[in-house]
Amino acid sequence: MSSNEVQAEIQYETVIGLEVHVELATKTKLFCACANEFGSEPNTNICPVCLGLPGSLPVLNERVVDFALRIGEALNFTVPQRSIFHRKNYFYPDMPKDFQTSQYDEPICAEGWIEVDGERIGIERAHMEEDTGKSTHVGGGGRIHDADHSLVDYNRAGVPLMEIVSHPAMRSSEQARGYVSELRAVLLAIGVSDVKMEEGSMRVDANVSIRPVGTTQLGTKVEIKNMNSIRSLGRAIDYEVERQTIATNTGERIVQETRHWDESEGITHGMRSKEGSSDYRFFPEPDLAPVAPTDEMRAAARAAIPELPAALRERIVAEWQVAEHDARVLVANPALSDYAQESVAALASGSARDVVNWCTGELLAYGNETGSEPNSWALSPIALAELVGLVGDGAISRSQAKEVLAGCLAGEGAPSDVASARGLAQVSDEGALAAIIAGVLEANPDAVAEYRTGDEKAQKKKRGFLMGEAMKASKGQGNPALLNRLLDAGLA
Amino acid sequence: MRSAVEIAAAVRSGERTARSVAEEHLATIASREGEIHAFNHVTADAALAQADAVDAKVARGEDPGPLAGVPVALKDNLCTRGVPTTCSSRILDGWLPPYNATVVERVTAAGGVAVGKTNLDEFAMGSSTENSAFGPTLNPLDLSRVPGGSSGGSAAAVAARFAPLSLGSDTGGSIRQPASFCGVVGVKPTYGVVSRYGLIAFASSLDQIGPFAATVNDAALLLDVISGHDRMDSTSIAASPTALLNDGTDVAGLRVGLVTELTDVEGIDPEVRAAVERAASALEAQGAIVERISVPSCIYGLSAYYLIAPAEASSNLARYDGVRYGLRVDGDDVYEMNSATRDAGFGAEVKRRIMLGTYALSAGFYDAYYAQAQRVRTLIIRDFAAAYERFDVLLSPTTPTTAFKFGAKTEDPFSMYLSDICTIASNLAGHPAMSIPFGLGSDAMPIGVQVLAPALGESVMFRVARAIEAAGGVA
Repeated sequence: MSSNEVQAEIQYETVIGLEVHVELATKTKLFCACANEFGSEPNTNICPVCLGLPGSLPVLNERVVDFALRIGEALNFTVPQRSIFHRKNYFYPDMPKDFQTSQYDEPICAEGWIEVDGERIGIERAHMEEDTGKSTHVGGGGRIHDADHSLVDYNRAGVPLMEIVSHPAMRSSEQARGYVSELRAVLLAIGVSDVKMEEGSMRVDANVSIRPVGTTQLGTKVEIKNMNSIRSLGRAIDYEVERQTIATNTGERIVQETRHWDESEGITHGMRSKEGSSDYRFFPEPDLAPVAPTDEMRAAARAAIPELPAALRERIVAEWQVAEHDARVLVANPALSDYAQESVAALASGSARDVVNWCTGELLAYGNETGSEPNSWALSPIALAELVGLVGDGAISRSQAKEVLAGCLAGEGAPSDVASARGLAQVSDEGALAAIIAGVLEANPDAVAEYRTGDEKAQKKKRGFLMGEAMKASKGQGNPALLNRLLDAGLA
Repeated sequence: MRSAVEIAAAVRSGERTARSVAEEHLATIASREGEIHAFNHVTADAALAQADAVDAKVARGEDPGPLAGVPVALKDNLCTRGVPTTCSSRILDGWLPPYNATVVERVTAAGGVAVGKTNLDEFAMGSSTENSAFGPTLNPLDLSRVPGGSSGGSAAAVAARFAPLSLGSDTGGSIRQPASFCGVVGVKPTYGVVSRYGLIAFASSLDQIGPFAATVNDAALLLDVISGHDRMDSTSIAASPTALLNDGTDVAGLRVGLVTELTDVEGIDPEVRAAVERAASALEAQGAIVERISVPSCIYGLSAYYLIAPAEASSNLARYDGVRYGLRVDGDDVYEMNSATRDAGFGAEVKRRIMLGTYALSAGFYDAYYAQAQRVRTLIIRDFAAAYERFDVLLSPTTPTTAFKFGAKTEDPFSMYLSDICTIASNLAGHPAMSIPFGLGSDAMPIGVQVLAPALGESVMFRVARAIEAAGGVA
C-alpha cells in the first residue's frame, strides 16, 4: 500500500473566510467632494484630492462614518470610541498617492456576526478605506506585466469602501453563498450600498483551505479573486477545494497564494506571484484626525436601521403564509418588499401569498428586464392589491390576470378598467358552464368512451382534451375551477 | 525701505500705488537676484497685474485688505495655480498645479502681491539650500555662506529686500534656522494654526507654514492673514490666535525659562550663548523673571525627528512615480518606469531620507524605530507641559552657530542635521517658536534668539519677541 493511498482515505474539512469589499452609496467620495458615480466618462469625477496631487489633503466624509455606524449596528459589531486611519504603502499606477488610506489595527467595527440559516457566522472586523482607480491594460493579454500600455480612469479613486472580513468560520460553498446573500440583503436594507457584484460595487474574495476532519489547526490558505456573482463564488470555492484535495492527496504542498477565478473555463489560475512577500509599512495617517463618533451620530445611525431581512422574512412567513424561499427572494430586494408590504396592506380580498407570487414572479422579472424600480412602475402597490382582489373574487382568471397586469404596467389604467377594456371577464355562471360541458361531451362521444374504458394514463389524457375543448367553447373565459367540477360530474 | 505694515498703510490710504511698490521690489530683484538666487521663478508680470488690481480697488474706494500692495515671496513648495511649483526637485519638472494653496489664496485675498517662488532644499530636506536641484541660494549678508534651509530662498528674499514678507515651511526648523542665518524674523506657528492645504508635504505631522519678515510686527501682520481654520485641512485648528499685530510689548512679570539642554551644552557657540544670555538680561530689565530650566527629553528630539520625518516622507513622496505628472523616465514596464523616474528625479538627500523612512516603517523594525520615536515625542510633549506649568515662554539659541560656509557640512549629513538641534523639539511638540535676530557674531553674521511658547501661545510669544527686538541685541 503506497502512502498516496493512505492519504486518500483522509477526510477533509473545508475552511472558508470571506473578505467582502462594498462600495458605499454616498453622493461624494471618501475624502473629497467629487461625485461618487458609476459609469461617468473616464477621469471626469476627479479633483486634486482624489488624484493625490502634491499638497492636497483628505477630509473625511461624515456620511461614510454614518454608513459605517449603520453597518456596525446591523451586523452586531462593537464600534469603539475611537478608530484611526492608516496608510498602506505600495506602488500601483491606479493608486494616485501610491498608498491607500485605510484602517488597520483600530477599525471602526470590531467583532460582529450575522445569522445565516440559523447559524451565527463571526465577522472579525469592518473598516473604511478608499477605492483605487481602474486600469485597462492594452495588449499582452490584459495583464499589467505584458501590456503595451495602460489606461487609468481615476473616477473610482477615493470612492468609499467598507471591507468586511469574516472569521474563517464557513465550512462549505453553500454556507459561503448563504453568508454573502444574507450580507447583501442586510446592506441593501440599511441603504448603504447597491451591492451589485456585476458592477463591482460588491467584491468578494475567498480564503479557502482544507484540513483533516477533527483537526483544529488551519491549513495553508489560498485567496481566490475575480468572482462576479454569488453563483461563481460557489463554483470557485468548489473548484478550489477539489484542487487542494487532489493536490494534498498526491503529496503536493499547497502554497499560500492568490488565485484568479476564470468564469468561462471554470478554474482558478495562480497569479504571477510578487517577489517576496509585500510589506505595506502601515503607519497612522497623519493627515486625518481619529474617528470618534458622537452619541448623536450613533443614535442617528441606529434610528436609520429598518426591520432587518431576517426579522422581516420571519414575519412575512408567519403572517402571510408564504414559503421561506419566496420570502427570501422578496426580502433580498428591499424596494420590492416595501412594495409588497404596501400592497398587502391595501388588500380587500385575495391573499398576501398571491401578492408575493406576483412580486417574485412577473414583477421581479419585469423590473429586471426594464431595469426599473418598483416606485416607477405604472402599477401601484394599491393597484396590485386590486388585481389580486379581482382574481380572488373570481372576476378574472389567473391567466387573464397576467394580461391585465401587462396592460397595467404598460400604463393602460387601473386593473378593472384594463380588464373591461380588453373584454376580460371570467364566466362563473354555473348554468351557462354546465351547458358548455354538456355540449362538449355530446360532441366528443369517442373521447368520452375512451375515458370510461381507458387506463389511468388514457383517462388523464382524454380528460385534459375535454377540458381544453370546454375552455375553448367558453372563449377562455370560463371559471376553470367551476368547469373542472362540472366536467368531473359529467364524466362520472 | 519701509516695513510691510507701513507699505500696506500707504497703499490703503492712496499715498503710494501698489504698482510702484511692486516695481521697486522687482527692480531690487533684478539687480541682485543673479548673485543670490533666492528664487526658482520670479512672477513679475503676475505681480504687476495683482498690484494693478489692488490699485483699482483703492481707486474704487474699496479696501484691498491688510496686505495691500505688499510684495510676498512664496516658498516653492506652496502650490500656485498655473505657476511652476517644483520643491526644487527635478521630479516635478513641468508640473503646473491646477490649484492654489490656502495660504496663497489668503495672501492674495488680503491684497498681497506674490512676486515669485523661492528656492529650498529639495522637498524641504536640508539646512542650507545646498540640496536644491537648481543650485544653492547665497546668503545676502555674505555670499560665501549658506542662507540656511530649507526655506533659504524665502529668508534670503527678505534679507535682500526682494520682498518685505515671505512664506516658508518649518518641519524641523526650516523657517527659524534660515531666519537666524539671514538676520530676519521667522515664525513657526502652532501646528494647525495655518492650513497646510497646498503645501507639498515633507512630514505631515511636523510641517507648518509660517512667515519671514524684517520685523516682529511685520511677521505678526502676515501670520494674522494666513492663520485660521480651513475645512480643506483636517488638522487645522478651529480657533486660531488672531490679532497678533500691535499686540503689545509688555513682559513685566512674565516667567521666562532658559532651556539648559539647548543652551549650556557643547556645540553651542559661546558667542551664540552669550547673545541668548544678553536677550534674557534684556527681558529681565523689562520686568520679566528669568530662570534656567531643564527639559531633559529635548536631547532625544533629533533622533526621534530623523525617524518620524523620513518615515512620513517615504510615504508622502511615493506619489512621484512618473504616472500622472512631473518627470517620467521610460522603462520596460511600469515598475521599471517608476524606478527610473525616481532614480533620475530625486537628489541624494531625498533618496537617503526615503531609504531611512522606508526602513523605519518596515515589518520587524517598526516598533524599534517608528513606534519608539513616537514614544519619545510623547515624552517631549510631557516635559514641555511640565516646563510651561512654571514658565510662560522658553528661550534658547535658534541655531548652535551663525551661518556656515558652503560645503562645510555637505560631506557629513549628521553634522548638517545637528544644525536643527535647537528647533526640532517645537515641531515634535506642535508648539509655536520663532527666531529674532539679536546681535552679530565675530564673523559679522547675525545671531538668532529663539522664543518657544506652549500650543496656541502665539500672543505671549510675540510680546516677548517684540521686547527682545526692542532691546536691539548689541553687546
